[in-house]
Amino acid sequence: MDSVLVPPRPRTISWQLATVVSTTIETPRARTLVLQVPGWAGHRPGQHLDVRLTSEDGYQTERSYSIASPPEASRIALTVERLDDGEVSPYLTDVLRVGDQLELRGPIGGYFVWHVALGGPVLLVAGGSGIVPLMAMLRHRAIVLETGDARMRHNVPARLLYSARSWDDVFYRNELTQLARDDETFEAAFTLTREHPAGWNGFRRRIDRMMLAEIAWPPAERPQIFVCGSTPLVESVAAELVELGHDPALVKTERFGPTGASA
Amino acid sequence: MDEDPGKRFEAAGEQSDPARLDGNAAAGILSEIFVSDLTVARATCANCGTNRALGALMVYAHGMGTIMRCPNCDAAVLRVARTRAHLQLDLSGARLVVVPSAPAPFAT
Amino acid sequence: MTEPFVSRGFRGRRQPSAVESRLPPGQYETPDFPVLSAGPTPRTTLQTWDFTIRDRNGATARWSWDEFKGLPHETITTDIHCVTKWSKFDTVWEGVSVDTLLAAASVRGVESAPYALAVSDGAYTTNLPLADLTGGKAWVAVKYNSLPLTPEHGGPARLLVPHLYFWKSAKWVRQLRFMERDQPGFWESLGYHNYGDPWREQRYSGD
Repeated sequence: MDSVLVPPRPRTISWQLATVVSTTIETPRARTLVLQVPGWAGHRPGQHLDVRLTSEDGYQTERSYSIASPPEASRIALTVERLDDGEVSPYLTDVLRVGDQLELRGPIGGYFVWHVALGGPVLLVAGGSGIVPLMAMLRHRAIVLETGDARMRHNVPARLLYSARSWDDVFYRNELTQLARDDETFEAAFTLTREHPAGWNGFRRRIDRMMLAEIAWPPAERPQIFVCGSTPLVESVAAELVELGHDPALVKTERFGPTGASA
Repeated sequence: MDEDPGKRFEAAGEQSDPARLDGNAAAGILSEIFVSDLTVARATCANCGTNRALGALMVYAHGMGTIMRCPNCDAAVLRVARTRAHLQLDLSGARLVVVPSAPAPFAT
Repeated sequence: MTEPFVSRGFRGRRQPSAVESRLPPGQYETPDFPVLSAGPTPRTTLQTWDFTIRDRNGATARWSWDEFKGLPHETITTDIHCVTKWSKFDTVWEGVSVDTLLAAASVRGVESAPYALAVSDGAYTTNLPLADLTGGKAWVAVKYNSLPLTPEHGGPARLLVPHLYFWKSAKWVRQLRFMERDQPGFWESLGYHNYGDPWREQRYSGD
C-alpha cells in the first residue's frame, strides 16, 4: 500500500456542537445542511455522523446521517430527506436554520467507505436517500481525478445506478448529470419508479436483476460494489448481484431501515 | 466451516426484516467503548465459526440496545445496552475479535 | 456551570397525556405501537407451532395450534408500558390465561417451581417469578385488536404480562420452563432490571 495516505489515528469521537452555515433545497422533500464543525479531523467518503436532538425537558433522540461532502471540502454537508411522520427529519428540514447549533459526533464507520486509493472499477447503487454516502464517494473521486494524471481516471471507472420515485426526487440531479457529461469514465443511470418526465429515456421500474446485469461490470472484473438505500431495496439488490455472480465479499451494504430515510 | 456466501443476502420479500441495518449502524455506540473503529475489525461467530468484519454483521438497534448478529446463523455476536450509568457489553457470541493495530487502512 | 445544550425548537413526538395518572413514572403515551426487535422476525407456521410447559425434570405439557385454539380464550383490555418510555392505553388482546395452561400442565404431571423462563423462537428469553404469571396476571395472546397477531408483534403467539415492562411479554413465545432458581433472560443479562415493575420505575438492575 505505497501511495495510500494513512489517516491520523482517530481520536475518540465525542459529542460536539456544530453550527449550521447554510441550507439548500435539494428536492421538495430534501434539504442539504452545511455545517461548521470545530476541530473536525476529516473523514472518509461513505462515513456518517450521529445527530442528537434534545428538547427543553431533557428528552433526547439520535439518528445517523451519511456525510454528503467529500473529505476535500472544508465544511461538512448532510442531505436530509423529510419523512412526514418522522420525529427528527422534519426538525432538520423545516425548523433548523442558519446560525442554529446541532449536536453531533463523528465521523463514524470505516467499513462502508471507498476512496480512490482502493481502486476500481466501482459500482454504486442507490435507492432514494441512499445516494448520500455514494455522492461523497463520487465528489471525492472527481476532485482527486481533477488534479491527477489522465491515467488515474481509467484506473477507477465508476458507475452509478440510482433509483428514485421521480426526477424531482433525484438528489444532486444537475451535479450528477454534469459529472457524467464531463467525465467519460463515470456513467450514471437513473431509474424512476413512480413517474417520469415526458421524453424520459431511462429506466422506469424498480431495480431488478436484468437492470443490474445491464449496468454492472461482469463479475470477472471484480468491481467493488456499494449499495445504499432502504433495507428492502438493499437486500434485493445485494441478493441479485450475488445471483449474477459477484463475490459477496466485494458487495458492501448500508441499509437505511424500512423507509430508506432517517425518521 | 461451511458457509453459504449468498446467505448473507437473503432474497427480499417474506424473509427480509425491513428494520435491520448493517454493522455500520453500531459504529456510533461502539465508538463510546472502543478507541478503534470496530466495524473494520473481524469477529468469529462463537456459534457457527463464520468470520466477518463487524461492518458486515446484521444490526438490530432500538431504545433498549444494539444487537449485532451473525449474517450466516443469526446468533447474537455482540450485544450492547445503555443503562443508567453504564454501557453493558456482551461479546460472548464472538469467539475472537481481531482489530487492525495500525490506523485502519479501510480495505477489506 | 454551563447549561446543557437544547436543540432550539425541538419537541419530539411526545404528546401530553390526557390521563396522566395512568402513566407510570417517566412514561409518555403513544397512539402508535412501536415494534422493537432484537433479531430477525421468526416466521413460524401454524403447522409447526406448538407451546410447551416444561419442568426441571423434563416433564412436558404440549399443545399444538389446534389444541391451543380449543382452550378457553379471554379478551383482555390493558395498558402496556415499554421500558423505552412509551405507554399505550387500552390495548385489546385475546389469549389463554397462563393460569389455565399451568392447571392443565399440572394435571399432566408437570411440576411447578418458583421461577419460569419464557423461551421464544429466535432464542429470546425472559425470566419471571411464578407469582407474576398466575392469579390472572398473564396470558399467551394470539390476537391483537381482534386480528391474529402479526409476526412483527410476536405472532403466532406472545406472552402478555402487562403489569411489568413490556420486554417481559415475550414475542414468539414457545415455552415456559420452570426453574428452581431465577436465571436472567436476554435483556436481564444485559443490565435491565430482573423484575421490571414500571410503577417503581425498575428499568435497569440496581434501580
